Amino acid sequence: MRSGLKSIAQLIALVTLAGCGRPVAAESPTTEAVASAQQPPQAAQEPALVDRGRYLTEAADCAACHTDPRSGKPFAGGRPIQTPFGTVVAANITPDRKTGIGTWSDKQFDDAVRHGRMPDGMLYPAMPYPYYTRMSRDDVLAIRAYLRTLTPVENAVHSNQLPFPFSIRAMMHVWDGLYFNDKPYAPDPSKSALWNRGAYLVQGAGHCGACHTPKNFLGGDKARQAFQGYTLQGWFAPNITNDEARGLGKWSVEDIASYLKTGHNRLAAASGMMGEEVALASSRMTDPDLQAIATYLKDQPGQSPPNAAPVNAMSMKAGKAIYEDLCSACHAPDGRGVPYLIPNLAESSSVASRDDTSIVRVVVHGSESVATDKEPTGPAMPAFGWQLNDDQIAAVATYIRNSWGHAASPVTAAEVSKARKP
Amino acid sequence: MSGIRRRDVLAGTAFVLADIELARGAIISGQLPWQPDKEDTPRTAKPGAWKFFTADEAVMMAVLADRIIPPDPDTPGGNDAGCVVFIDRQLAGPYGLYEGLYERPPFIKGTLQQGPQSAQTPATLYRLGIAALERYCSRPDGRAKGKPLASLQAPEQDAILEGLEDGSVELEGVDGKTFFQQVVKDVQQGFFADPIYGGNRDMCAWKMIGFPGARYDYREWVGRHNERYPHPPVSIGGRIEWTPRKS
Amino acid sequence: MANPLPHRDAVIIGLGWTGSILAYELADAGLDVIAIERGPWRNSATDYAPNYAQDELRYRIRHELFLRPAQTTFTFRNKMSETALPIRNWGSFMPPNGVGGGGVHWNGETWRFLPSDFILRTHLTKRYGARFLPHDMTIQDWGVTYQELEPHYDRFEYLCGTSGTAGNLQGQIRDGGNPFEGPRSREYPNPAQPQPFSHTLFAKAARELGYKPFPQPSGNMSRAYENPLGVRLGPCTYCGFCEWFGCANYSKSSPQTTILPALVRKRNFQARDNCEVTRINLDPSGKRATGVTFVDQSGTEWEQPADLVVLCAYTIFNVQLLMLSNIGQRYDPESNQGVIGRNFSHQTISDVTSFFDRTKFTFNPFISSGAIGMCIDEFNGDNFDHGPHGFVGGGYMGQVQTNGRPIETTPVPPGTPAWGAQWKQAVRDNYQCATKPGTGVHGSMYSYRDVYLDLDPTYRDRFGRPLVRITMDFHDNEIRQNRFLTDKFAEIFKAMGALQTVKEYRKAPYDATKYQTTHLCGGAIMGSDPRTSALNRYLQSWDVPNLFVMGASAFPQNAGYNPTGTVAALAYWSAQAIRSQYLQNPGPLVHA
Repeated sequence: MRSGLKSIAQLIALVTLAGCGRPVAAESPTTEAVASAQQPPQAAQEPALVDRGRYLTEAADCAACHTDPRSGKPFAGGRPIQTPFGTVVAANITPDRKTGIGTWSDKQFDDAVRHGRMPDGMLYPAMPYPYYTRMSRDDVLAIRAYLRTLTPVENAVHSNQLPFPFSIRAMMHVWDGLYFNDKPYAPDPSKSALWNRGAYLVQGAGHCGACHTPKNFLGGDKARQAFQGYTLQGWFAPNITNDEARGLGKWSVEDIASYLKTGHNRLAAASGMMGEEVALASSRMTDPDLQAIATYLKDQPGQSPPNAAPVNAMSMKAGKAIYEDLCSACHAPDGRGVPYLIPNLAESSSVASRDDTSIVRVVVHGSESVATDKEPTGPAMPAFGWQLNDDQIAAVATYIRNSWGHAASPVTAAEVSKARKP
Repeated sequence: MSGIRRRDVLAGTAFVLADIELARGAIISGQLPWQPDKEDTPRTAKPGAWKFFTADEAVMMAVLADRIIPPDPDTPGGNDAGCVVFIDRQLAGPYGLYEGLYERPPFIKGTLQQGPQSAQTPATLYRLGIAALERYCSRPDGRAKGKPLASLQAPEQDAILEGLEDGSVELEGVDGKTFFQQVVKDVQQGFFADPIYGGNRDMCAWKMIGFPGARYDYREWVGRHNERYPHPPVSIGGRIEWTPRKS
Repeated sequence: MANPLPHRDAVIIGLGWTGSILAYELADAGLDVIAIERGPWRNSATDYAPNYAQDELRYRIRHELFLRPAQTTFTFRNKMSETALPIRNWGSFMPPNGVGGGGVHWNGETWRFLPSDFILRTHLTKRYGARFLPHDMTIQDWGVTYQELEPHYDRFEYLCGTSGTAGNLQGQIRDGGNPFEGPRSREYPNPAQPQPFSHTLFAKAARELGYKPFPQPSGNMSRAYENPLGVRLGPCTYCGFCEWFGCANYSKSSPQTTILPALVRKRNFQARDNCEVTRINLDPSGKRATGVTFVDQSGTEWEQPADLVVLCAYTIFNVQLLMLSNIGQRYDPESNQGVIGRNFSHQTISDVTSFFDRTKFTFNPFISSGAIGMCIDEFNGDNFDHGPHGFVGGGYMGQVQTNGRPIETTPVPPGTPAWGAQWKQAVRDNYQCATKPGTGVHGSMYSYRDVYLDLDPTYRDRFGRPLVRITMDFHDNEIRQNRFLTDKFAEIFKAMGALQTVKEYRKAPYDATKYQTTHLCGGAIMGSDPRTSALNRYLQSWDVPNLFVMGASAFPQNAGYNPTGTVAALAYWSAQAIRSQYLQNPGPLVHA
């Protein structure tokens, strides 16, 4: 959640920019309604199309937002999504005609998913249309075909729960003008087919940048720092470029594919929001697609080497004592953990991220790694927040971030204190 | 039907459930149940006023603790090590009430092999035992010659405790041997338990014997035969080196 | 009135080792399975995390992971002439509580029984003659052989990642392993654990005396391991907080670390925790189980109908449920008729504590694991000629010390006062240079006519149901066995260089207040004859063919080893029979 001052700044920015908005080609709603009313019912769709649509729905991880785990009704909406601007509630995308998207035409569906426009207003980019726009129309319509086969669920969702002035959907015209590059994916002929497939998936359905790309204060991608990490919902989604120190430089293509498929590899384990992503999306993708994603990511340039952070000797000494006494029984004295079971801190770039949100959160509250069919163990890290005080957690986190070749900013007691709040 | 009464069920299991924050009775399927911050963390002894002992009882307990584990130049005695605090907190908790004991009648004295057949709790035993010992000491014809235990010299105190142990000193209303054996057991347990429970202050007992405490990884030492393990002990509450400070 | 629940193909009573094994096997066979566990769900990360699991007071002394007698207990007497009284606080054994059962807190000692153990009466009679056996010793053959169980032992060991050194590989005796063991088809899945100092010294002394020491088969991983279900374990870190404790870093085999993560993912499996099964329900003929009745935390009664009932509730609770559900004829020791409650046994345990020269020995006793240890098997089973000795049976012995936890393991020489300055000094002087194996001599207990289970006439549980009454005492055979073994054991410590060895023989009468493992066996035994057994060789009830009863309750007598390996092997053996025979053709698998 942004502070009050930041919200005011954002408001001023949006209002100022309102006059610079990009003109939007208005479609006649009447034409659309007529078009949809005249379309024949989609009773018999090609099974192959529906199956491809199911695959893409999983790859795009629609369920993560549109299926509320509390009710369990697939794609019936109702799950609140925390954004820096407030709460948006995911819509009901079952074919229900009253409360879902049963009455939408294919064009309306495509407009929403790839262009951010609903029949009755603009979408907020909590729905990641700036990424889905990279998908092809055929793929999006395959998703539509799959969604049509779902059981209609009557569930009226009031999506827009943002505070004023963000609740004014029309502001998205301005935002889109600044940050929405409304173009489908264009293959790079200098790269392999595998690379291009990976790029298509990462930039499009996978919408990895939605979590992993830093954003400016209005929530737009900092395109020049693509995939270099972003903090959201109490986690730092790490740098997934090929950066040696901060990103996936130490991971092979196989490591990345294994992580996405099973949630685990020899170095790391997916937990928290990424654990959910693995469970719902990437664990269901094909091996060639995961290889493609990995190939593309391994080709993303990293940042310049980080400056060696000044490290407080007091903290390092205390952190070392805590590490040896408390952490080494699982993470091993040399920090290398146990492959596929306990994350390898020594070779992990994410512990040395520029932002320490994740490591602090995990130490304070604990975290459970994802369990998948191929890797069902799902080991969990316990909470240390009840046992260690702020100074101690700051010390051990600083120690981990600056040992075994890592060099990263120290963790402060104030950061730990903040992380304790639910 | 078997006539199961709901309140009997609840009475039998309440203490079990009270300990378990994650008590469930729902269906488990699909994934292992887990939530953050839901670990079953220990109930530590907080510093502060006595929770069970009266001030007078605490005075008597301090004497007992220091005779059972006398102070010496290298290691504190039982009292200084916090054993009385330990016992105080234990008696105020489930242990004092002997929670979990099967308490249904009839109570019939059996053979030694059948085990204790009374519902007397440790809390009751301490109340009765301390009071009875005080009364014994106040008798002019007893070994304390009418003086309170705390005012006697150590050898005189020991003479009374040895009498409890071998039965030559009898207490009124409570079995002196049983009482003293309980105190010995509790003082010694408090001495060696993790300091989070109030005793073993500064891990003094662990330092005395060279027990490293709550450490959990000795892989690098398994093969180092006949070599003394050099690292200081750690408590679940940590050790002083965990806190950053100017050395 | 019990509330009815939707029907399931199979209901499993208890979710410990055998419950987890059977649940997995039946779910894998496509059945809709529900497991009902009396205690709470237990998870490594929430119930015994690595920053508080190592708490001796809480887990070893206050026994927080265990059942409370207030919830249910047993009554006990040595002889039939006595009145049984309740075990108001646990002593000689301690039942666990919760999912995982004993598999959460056990040491991981994963033994196989000897081939001769399974045909005990035949074997001993053949070798020594029927008159060599005490007239009231009621040992029996099991109805199954070691060879038949071998693949299932192997399966359990590979499920667990058992760390060990094979002594008999397909008939070939191998150096470094147990030369007396039955032939195994392949090596252990993991190499034996490296041994700490005192354990290594013991082995050296044993070798010098002419014995063949070998590492105890260990359920503590010697390295990271992935089992056939895809579940992973980590390497044991020798923390010294093993038995009585949960393992905090996934390195001890348990249902939690080997089966449950894969089991919960099966769509056709569900579990209920904190629900106690109170009765197995039968149809009017009394020959078919229709399901179970259980009580949940709020006291509400439910009925779970099922086609197949698998009873996995631990030895005594199995017997209790059979009795309270009127399944099988109860055993009457006077007439020697009946089977439910017959052939109950425990273990014959003793120890030798030794004191060494402080200036020469530093043992670091806290560096240890649950199933660490170097053992010899020369005096187990019928591995030696009993003719001159006048007893049968035996056990393994070893320096199997698992810990240096100070409340429990601060030995002082005999004659040291129990308190005071001398006590303190003796503790200080001896902590690093004493050995205290614990269950150092792990002897068999054979079965007898007057050692049995039935229902108590007086004492009840919180539901008003009669408690199980244990009538048990040591017989002369086991006392003599133990004396012989303990003397041999002490000799090895002397050869190690001990200045003083203190023998604690196991003595009669059986004392229900002194802990001697929770290896209770029998009461619902397997066999070939329904007149003297409750179950056939597939652990199927002779009386109710759609009921199978797992666990050590099936043992006709106990051998000189920890029972878990055999309990699990029998579970896999039975599961195979259910899957390959029973499900295709429900009904009795054996016609006696």
